[in-house]
Amino acid sequence: MTDETRAPRTDRSPWNWLLIIPIAVPLATPLFNFDSPRLWGFPAFYWLQFSFILLGVASTSLVYRMTRRPAPAPLGTTPSREDGDA
Amino acid sequence: MRDHITEIVVFSLLFLLVSGMGFVAAKWRAPKDMAHLDEWGLGGRSFGGWITWFLIGGDLYTAYTFVAVPALVFGAGAAGFFAVPYTVIVYPLVFLILIRLWSVSHRHGFVTPADFVRTRFDSPTLALLVAITGIVATMPYIALQLVGIEAVLKTMGVTGDSALARHAPIIVAFAILAAYTYQSGLRAPALIAFVKDTLIYIVILVAVLYLPYKLGGWGTIFDDASAKFQASPNPGDGLTLNANNQLQYVTLALGSALALFLYPHSITGVLASKNRNVIKRNMSALPAYSFLLGLIALLGYMAISAGVKPLPGSKAGSVDSNTVVPLLFDQQFPSWFTGVAFAAIGIGALVPAAIMSIAAANLFTRNIYKEYLNKDATHAQEANVSKITSLVVKVGAVACIIFLDPQFSIDLQLIGGVIILQTAPAVALGLYTRWLHRGGLIAGWAAGMGLGLWMLYQIGNPNTGRKHFGGSAFPLSEFGFDTKRTIYVGFVAVLLNLLVAVIVTLILRAAKTPEGVDGTTRDDYFADEGDPRLERGRTTPSEIASST
Repeated sequence: MTDETRAPRTDRSPWNWLLIIPIAVPLATPLFNFDSPRLWGFPAFYWLQFSFILLGVASTSLVYRMTRRPAPAPLGTTPSREDGDA
Repeated sequence: MRDHITEIVVFSLLFLLVSGMGFVAAKWRAPKDMAHLDEWGLGGRSFGGWITWFLIGGDLYTAYTFVAVPALVFGAGAAGFFAVPYTVIVYPLVFLILIRLWSVSHRHGFVTPADFVRTRFDSPTLALLVAITGIVATMPYIALQLVGIEAVLKTMGVTGDSALARHAPIIVAFAILAAYTYQSGLRAPALIAFVKDTLIYIVILVAVLYLPYKLGGWGTIFDDASAKFQASPNPGDGLTLNANNQLQYVTLALGSALALFLYPHSITGVLASKNRNVIKRNMSALPAYSFLLGLIALLGYMAISAGVKPLPGSKAGSVDSNTVVPLLFDQQFPSWFTGVAFAAIGIGALVPAAIMSIAAANLFTRNIYKEYLNKDATHAQEANVSKITSLVVKVGAVACIIFLDPQFSIDLQLIGGVIILQTAPAVALGLYTRWLHRGGLIAGWAAGMGLGLWMLYQIGNPNTGRKHFGGSAFPLSEFGFDTKRTIYVGFVAVLLNLLVAVIVTLILRAAKTPEGVDGTTRDDYFADEGDPRLERGRTTPSEIASST
């Protein structure tokens, strides 16, 4: 076995809750179902939904960064093999 | 109509280039032993960040998507833009859920989602249902890639009088595709995806900069579209959603996102990556394609603004709205660049078609052939059966297009999205909990399938005069609600599926029906590259491939 037998691994993290945002916001049509204000000629319906893509990227990137290592003290046994190719 | 020779020449040259790449791909990152399903069917489970990005991007955003989404926006406006929220929410879902499937598959050597279900719930029957659902949902999707190519060929004037003459170019294209997929497996689409995606990005960036400049700016384009929708009698169209189709928009986006990552070809793409971090990083990088898809959707408005009239369809009096984007390019771009754009769509069909046929072949091999026909199949036999099945699948797809009305494939794909969702409780929830009983999952699957198919059958489309399978927006008034709102069929069906699964689970548990043995352990769901694997006698492809 590997050196991690003592503490069970997990992918649970409070940071994961952040991923609710890019799932919930694009589904809340009352937030963006308008024509104005327009941006560069784009009705709000379109540029707002384009901006949700950035919201999704920001959320997944942040969660990835924050969950790359296991949480420090209680589970802190996993030496991070993963850092090498990050 | 102007001469299409330049377009055809550029198209053919690029097509030949990628065909060559497809055959060479067998030697790319070559393993010691190709006679193993992990190698042929999953590219050695060794793909790093860049390859995975191109592969999954090339896999999920298909030629049909590129043609059909703008066609939808062209016809209905805002309702067609669901493709953007849909491809935003799919990535956090993969980040949370499919990552576990990667880990447990890495540990146990699973190739398909049905492999996982079999071990997790100790139920070959449930696994068979998941496998058959996957194959049935994937087949029409492959056929639709041909519809994408056909839209381009039609616009270039490559048509004939007899059915055979009209379809000859597609038959040739698919024969080449079948040959190099047979030889190179998943490595072929992985390599071709680089060309495909690069071409698509170039074409779309040029299109969204150049076309608004020619058509008078984005403001004008949206105003022209708005004017068209105001003049049309259809109450469902417009630049924004109305009170009646918002629920449909939301449930369709969510349902499609859930369906997307349950499709066997997406799972194949995810399982081919080499570790968890590759997948997680890609979930932040893949939305670049969503941006692209959003811009592609807007080509539908550009086509309105440019006054594009779609070519006639296969039946008299109908129009083939899938031709609007090819026609827009044909009218607005110089011919050599139109050739590049058409090649992007044509090659765009090959990558997903290859991955889908591999995914369907893997399902057949692992969950039907090995489970029921030859329990002691060796790795070499598995790889061989999969290769042959991938050929059969492609012949079937071509036959669908030639001998049946293409509308049939479109209907089937609509159904495919709904039925693949019915595997969600077993596959997606199964990655988190084993609380649901295998019998409950089977009952839920059956209920969801039944309701989904019934609802789709009930939906007519007044615009095309069809009585059944006219769309996926189900009027809630049919359930007795006093409203004009509509809802996505798949969403309702999967809710019933879950409800039935829970109830039957409670009943079976009360009756003390055996639940089978879970073949996985908790730690399997977090396994990563370098962890020991369980399957006996397996080669360790990651060791071979990581040196390349």
